[in-house]
Amino acid sequence: MCKFELNETNKQIIIDVCRENQFSAGNVIHVLHGVQGKLGYLPAEVQEFIAKQLCIPVSKVYGIVSFYSFFTMNPKGKYPIDVCLGTACHVRGSDKILEEFRRQLGIGEGQTTDDGKFSLSTLRCVGACSLAPVAMIGEKVFGRLTPNQVAGIIAEYRDK
Amino acid sequence: MAKLKSLADLQALYESSQPIMADRKGPKGSTGTKTILVCGDTGCAASGSVPIIENFKKSIEAHGLQDKVKVIRTGCFGFCERGPIVKIMPDNTFYTEVAADDVEDIIETHIINGNRVEHLLYTDPDTQETIEESENIGFYKKQMRIALRNCGVIDAENIEEYIACEGYLALAKCLTEYTPEKVVEIVTESGLGGRGGAGFPTGKKWAATARAKGNQKYMVCNADEGDPGAFMDRSILEGDPHSVLEAMAIGGYAVGADKGLIYIRAEYPMAVHRLHMAIAQAKEYGLLGENILGTGFNFDIELRYGAGAFVCGEATALIHSMEGKRGEPTYKPPRTSEKGYLEKPTNVNNVETYANIPIIIRKGAEWFSSIGTANSKGTKVFALAGQVNNVGLIEVPMGTTLREIIYEIGGGIKDGKKFKAVQTGGPSGGCLTEKHLDIPIDYKSLTAAGSMMGSGGMVIMDETSCMVSIAKFYLDFTVPESCGKCNPCRIGNKRLAEMLDKITKGKGTMEDLEKLRNLSINIKDTALCGLGQSSPNPILSTLDNFWDEYVEHVVDKKCRAGVCKDLIHYEINKAVCIGCGACARNCPVEAISGERKMPHFIDQETCIKCGTCVTKCKFNAIQIK
Repeated sequence: MCKFELNETNKQIIIDVCRENQFSAGNVIHVLHGVQGKLGYLPAEVQEFIAKQLCIPVSKVYGIVSFYSFFTMNPKGKYPIDVCLGTACHVRGSDKILEEFRRQLGIGEGQTTDDGKFSLSTLRCVGACSLAPVAMIGEKVFGRLTPNQVAGIIAEYRDK
Repeated sequence: MAKLKSLADLQALYESSQPIMADRKGPKGSTGTKTILVCGDTGCAASGSVPIIENFKKSIEAHGLQDKVKVIRTGCFGFCERGPIVKIMPDNTFYTEVAADDVEDIIETHIINGNRVEHLLYTDPDTQETIEESENIGFYKKQMRIALRNCGVIDAENIEEYIACEGYLALAKCLTEYTPEKVVEIVTESGLGGRGGAGFPTGKKWAATARAKGNQKYMVCNADEGDPGAFMDRSILEGDPHSVLEAMAIGGYAVGADKGLIYIRAEYPMAVHRLHMAIAQAKEYGLLGENILGTGFNFDIELRYGAGAFVCGEATALIHSMEGKRGEPTYKPPRTSEKGYLEKPTNVNNVETYANIPIIIRKGAEWFSSIGTANSKGTKVFALAGQVNNVGLIEVPMGTTLREIIYEIGGGIKDGKKFKAVQTGGPSGGCLTEKHLDIPIDYKSLTAAGSMMGSGGMVIMDETSCMVSIAKFYLDFTVPESCGKCNPCRIGNKRLAEMLDKITKGKGTMEDLEKLRNLSINIKDTALCGLGQSSPNPILSTLDNFWDEYVEHVVDKKCRAGVCKDLIHYEINKAVCIGCGACARNCPVEAISGERKMPHFIDQETCIKCGTCVTKCKFNAIQIK
């Protein structure tokens, strides 16, 4: 995985997002959404740069990034895997699905595989409760999962 | 589209748009054309409705039926269990579990030849008869769709379909016929209570914001649906976004606000997209913006994104988040109706609450208050999920019993298992049992029984759910969601979760159970906001209703549901095992071995207790001990 570099292109991307939000401190959450949407994640350098643009302390930016679960300081994999841990999925055994993804990938929640292909995280309710237990890879929803389907799903993406 | 400049313009558009809906009004309005409604909500889309719509479009073109048949992507029909759903109007034929490959069959058999496609009709599990009309299916019989009135009926991306269903006529009526005070009066008299969970009278909230002094006021829509296992608000926003926009404008007129803000989860991309589209359309038609319908009333709506924090469902936390701060709640009073967004008077209502407003204005307070019970009026939408046959989105009049919901609408417990508990209110609610099934549900009765209405999550559990684990599941949810501002919530909930962890690992003592109860009560009494005050509810309700199960975990070190891994192990019954090898082949860790046609054996050291072998064994030879 290559290290993030705050180069001129990335700086320009951040400035553009800040401009769309009038460089307003009150819009910092929208700015973070915009930047994460474009860069994939919010490493420390990016947060410092955003703080400067909006004229607020970097502690405030970090306070927000760490408060809200949607923001991440780690890059996600090429195929981000999200296992639903909503109640409906829980009572239909989502913990076993998560455990199997962990075991197969050798990573924990919030981590990315060394080859950068997969990252594993959990979320609370996709709203596809009729298909519980559910996991998502990117935008695709996998429903009615059983632990022994997991290896096959990973293999399908690994070879892509 | 030219802007609508007056009530007369809107009425003219309403009249001229009626042909769009003619098919959908059933055989009476039949025009010789057909409309195919396909559910495009997240649930049905996940089970494949997008290729179905594409195939319909292709097939219609291939058969040259463009002038006679149209396909509409609608919002949620509710019957997610049998999705994807396709409904043909005006014939009122309801097809379930449709696959992309069935499309050609529907076009040829149904549309061209006028016969029903029998194998796609719903079969009643009791009588084995096929049912054509959705109204006659058990799932729908006891439902009453008010907030969901347009979901599964209209194309959410087309404002004219909403207008054709009397959309924005309620706003027009308020602006031209009623004073703001009269609007507040109607909402108050209707008895509508906040659908976010607490049931605070909406009219009272509006009156407080109307009374508050300030030159700038705000109408806020709380669309930060955080309850895991609940998707009512998302379905309304995806299936009928204009009803929320119209209601916010009505509220703005009533309280004197010209600005609306919708606080929505960024995790709902489709709902965000639909809202952006709906706001743009409403502005284009002059139904939002300046001088609406020539009445001099201005109202504009913007979106504010949430970023995944359960506590932001609390009004003060939500407002801080909208201001670009951490979503930490503050003491009330002052209430948000006096000092809210940017310190200005702010009215905060939930999506479902808003969705009820336009129809209340159109049909009157008396009509609405005639539905429901003495203290809770109207209907409530629930996301029915868990171990029940018919998972889906339902809307029932207040006063319906849990038994009716679970057994008549829900079709009973999956796989013929035994009902154990029903959880309402999500992480703030509790678990109710068999003895509560005949309570007519409303805000008061559910609270009295030890749970709460909540936003509408309803999860059914059977005997395979361990109630101690369920309490732990909710605490594990609440602990990281605590904003950390007050000690009872930040530290207390953590301690509760640790005690539950100890109990599920078989290391708990009877003293722990006592501590668990005392600490829970203390947190309820002392936490700052609604999140902390309600987070011990799952523990208290399970302690009350499933005390024996806690004692079993502590004294006998047993988990009767076979869920707590440290308290169970799997064994193969040698007398029953025929040595087919299905368990060994499917075991993800190769913990099972044995000769072909000879009883197999589980290596307890390697076994991860995933339970796959139990589901794969056709002879029930694997037992949880």
